Amino acid sequence: MKLSEQDRQLLNRVQQDFPLHPEPFKVLSDQLGVPEQEILDRLRSLEQQNAISRFGAVFNHHRAGASTLAALAIPEHEIEEVAAFVSSFAEVNHNYQREHEFNLWFVVNATDQKGVEKVLNQISATYEYPLLDLPMVKGYHIDLGFPLW
Amino acid sequence: MVAGVLEYELRKILQEGLPLVEKPYQEIARQLAVSEQVVIEKIAELKRQGLIKRFGMVLRHHELGYAANCMVVWDIPDDRVDQVAERLANSACVTLCYQRPRRDKWSYNLFCMIHGKERAQVERQLQEMIEAHQLDYPHQLLFSSRRFKQRGARYV
Repeated sequence: MKLSEQDRQLLNRVQQDFPLHPEPFKVLSDQLGVPEQEILDRLRSLEQQNAISRFGAVFNHHRAGASTLAALAIPEHEIEEVAAFVSSFAEVNHNYQREHEFNLWFVVNATDQKGVEKVLNQISATYEYPLLDLPMVKGYHIDLGFPLW
Repeated sequence: MVAGVLEYELRKILQEGLPLVEKPYQEIARQLAVSEQVVIEKIAELKRQGLIKRFGMVLRHHELGYAANCMVVWDIPDDRVDQVAERLANSACVTLCYQRPRRDKWSYNLFCMIHGKERAQVERQLQEMIEAHQLDYPHQLLFSSRRFKQRGARYV
């Protein structure tokens, strides 16, 4: 996807501190010097192309519920099958294959710790591969979104 | 609507996504049968309380042309982990930085994410960061080779 300088400015602006004003896109229009309708059209188009996942809130997962980063070491030829099973849980929101002996990495979120453990137990009962459960001990970076350059 | 129910329903909408319309808060206020001002004030309150850490557009890096996504894992002596983590977190290329526990077959206790347009660029940024901050610690680069699922977390 080709991003213009105006796209980058817009996307860097809208990832945080989105205006809490009845007409937020009008506020952005004043700040960026771009017509409100143009901003809305561009954001809708980026959403249609899946470049914007959603317009909403990122919750502090320590406070919103329980969460962990987990990894499995799976034989290469089985990874698609196991990945599909892992992805099928609503509690799993990120699931990536990575270049490592532990080759499937996923994030589990639930209302409470019991909910997280239930998902991990079901996965390890179905596929008996080495499993890492790595809950966050401490977070150092405030999530400010993703700077585009 | 009872306050607790309102917060629950609003959190559900905030994690699924608001509509991209001129008056998004009015739109969800209608769904929740409350006033627009109540919605705006409630979101502001959740931000102040720290329950919402970021409010706005959530992007997908890959679709925007930032295809290289690398999780760098470090083995840092326990008494130095805070100090190193602060340096990583303040580096422009790092988007997230977490301390996590060591395990039997896993000696790495600090994780950070670096995104870039291509692999070589990520490797270069990491090298520059290591040199700038003397981060001479064992580490590994776990590039993602496939994305099976990426969406917002569902808590409620």
